[in-house]
Amino acid sequence: MSDTKSSTPGAVNENRRRWLQGGAAAAMITVAPGVLLWRSPAAREADQAVTSAVRWGLLIYTSRCEENCSACVDGCNQEHGLKGHGRPQTDAQWIRKITLRDPTSGHVRSLPVMCQHCEHPPCVDVCPTGASFKRADGIVLVDKHICIGCRYCMMACPYKARSFVHEELTDQKPHSPRGKGTVESCTLCVHRIDAGGIPACVEACERTGHQALVFGDLNDPDSLISTKLRELGATQIRDDLGTNPGVYYRGI
Amino acid sequence: MSITKFRTIEGRSPGYLALLGALGALLLAGLGSAWYMEHNGHYVTGMSNQIVWGMPHVFAVFLIVAASGALNAASIGSVFGKLEYKPLAPLSALLAMALLAGGLAVLVLDLGRPDRLIVAMTTYNFKSIFAWNIFLYVGFLAIVAVYLWWMMERRMYRYHRIAGFVAFIWRLTLTTGTGSIFGFLVAREAYDAAVMAPLFIAMSLSFGLAIFILVLDFSCQRTHLPINHEMLQRLARLLAIFIAAVLYFTAVQHLTNLYAAEHQNVEHFILFSGNKYSQLFWIGQVLFGGFIPLLILLHPDYRATRAWVTIASVLVIIGGLCQIYVIIIGGQAYPLEMFPGKEVSSGFFDGEVSTYSATLPEFLLGLGGVALSLLILSLAVRVLPLLPQCLEPPRPAGEETPAS
Repeated sequence: MSDTKSSTPGAVNENRRRWLQGGAAAAMITVAPGVLLWRSPAAREADQAVTSAVRWGLLIYTSRCEENCSACVDGCNQEHGLKGHGRPQTDAQWIRKITLRDPTSGHVRSLPVMCQHCEHPPCVDVCPTGASFKRADGIVLVDKHICIGCRYCMMACPYKARSFVHEELTDQKPHSPRGKGTVESCTLCVHRIDAGGIPACVEACERTGHQALVFGDLNDPDSLISTKLRELGATQIRDDLGTNPGVYYRGI
Repeated sequence: MSITKFRTIEGRSPGYLALLGALGALLLAGLGSAWYMEHNGHYVTGMSNQIVWGMPHVFAVFLIVAASGALNAASIGSVFGKLEYKPLAPLSALLAMALLAGGLAVLVLDLGRPDRLIVAMTTYNFKSIFAWNIFLYVGFLAIVAVYLWWMMERRMYRYHRIAGFVAFIWRLTLTTGTGSIFGFLVAREAYDAAVMAPLFIAMSLSFGLAIFILVLDFSCQRTHLPINHEMLQRLARLLAIFIAAVLYFTAVQHLTNLYAAEHQNVEHFILFSGNKYSQLFWIGQVLFGGFIPLLILLHPDYRATRAWVTIASVLVIIGGLCQIYVIIIGGQAYPLEMFPGKEVSSGFFDGEVSTYSATLPEFLLGLGGVALSLLILSLAVRVLPLLPQCLEPPRPAGEETPAS
């Protein structure tokens, strides 16, 4: 199973996580270089192509998302080395917390919004060079080598999910290359997923015990995310646009 | 009637050299601004993750849109067979190329990675309207260059109407493409409208002709070529029609949106909120860029006066810049409606009207593009015989006769 499952949503089992992490680490031990004893089904060999057999997605329980909690945002910033320069208008933000208020009822909801990893991403359609692209497994990425920094994808994204790198960067994370003058957004922590892991935001949310984010394979009918979507239903932001995002929200 | 003769300018007068110096200085300032923005990163501009396209894009889109309209005089001569426009055709074609080059330079120099221009020219996503536009722009330059060559070259003159026809179709397609950059944006409330394409075509006809009138008037003054009354009237009437077309498509654009409940908020924001976009729309675009020049040009006395036609043309250009500012910046300033009907707030300015003030480097980059266009024009009329020796139309039988 590729999903991160929790038997009791709402309360994290630290012992279980440690056991799982330790177990996974042990299982990754190789008998010989390149030969693994055990590997998560999500993990791929570097030379193995991504397939459309999986489609990665997120389910967000907005009822569990605390308004004052920014663990997912902090986790993302830390994972990808996103640092502010004290200029909020131009600082990059791959995931942000949005507060929604229904003007009629006064009902308030808090939720994280990141790249929605659309099935039909407008950013990919408009990109002149093809730097914006969608992997077969549904993850939408930017090829930093051919992005010319025209920002048309930012104009086209209905979710305001993308940031333009407005200044020189230092201390970049090797797994998350960025570059001045190019556009970037949530990668769904593709480097973790390819190694069989889960996105940093999901992990950070789990750590708080809120369990508001579920990551998994939307194509696998038995995955936790698919099961929950089937049982409970959920909403995609601006589903009227027909982009079919991979990120679903409960309770909006 | 005589065969139209064309001439170069002498190009030694202090006025001409001063003009070259001023344009060169402005171009250098533009290049310096581009270097400054590229070197430091775009945080030194007024642009942000909210307003991703700013003043350079206003200038770039204006110049690109005007470029295709600057071809009006040539098209009317070659495509519609109006002989009286023939003497103006080479200048018209040259101006079209020069404006496009200036606009493209601004667009390229504002890229986050202008050094990757070669990537943009070699790596295409054919689903992108931007990628189509790269072909449309380069194709326009090539086709108009061929058109100009065939107009000026004795052996090729007989084919020039074919080139003129292709250029005419191409420039309509080009402006359709430019308008569709916004028309195809489904995400933003202010765009996502098919009317953007014909609106941009009308804008191109109007802005391009206004610039052409100013350039023609200035060239005639400096070369002591009397601009005849009839020609002035003709151009003035044509500009009036194009101004009315822009007003018409603008009305259609906003009325259609006002009718749809989902677009009413953004329409209210642009039209009635009293912010700078409303002011630029009503005062800059509609009043000074639309109705006043229209009234001037429809008035039989004013239309015949060089000074008034010049004033009307200047107003059209100012109104055009206001219009493109409202479309580009105003359309982005209005927050994305991700959760219709909900009040939205975040640390990333969701639900807020974005603010934007252009910085000096952005202005200078835009003006640098204008300077590049005018510099190309000034140098070309010095080395190529593009200006008519007289504005009398060639004799009808002269269709087969080379223009020079």
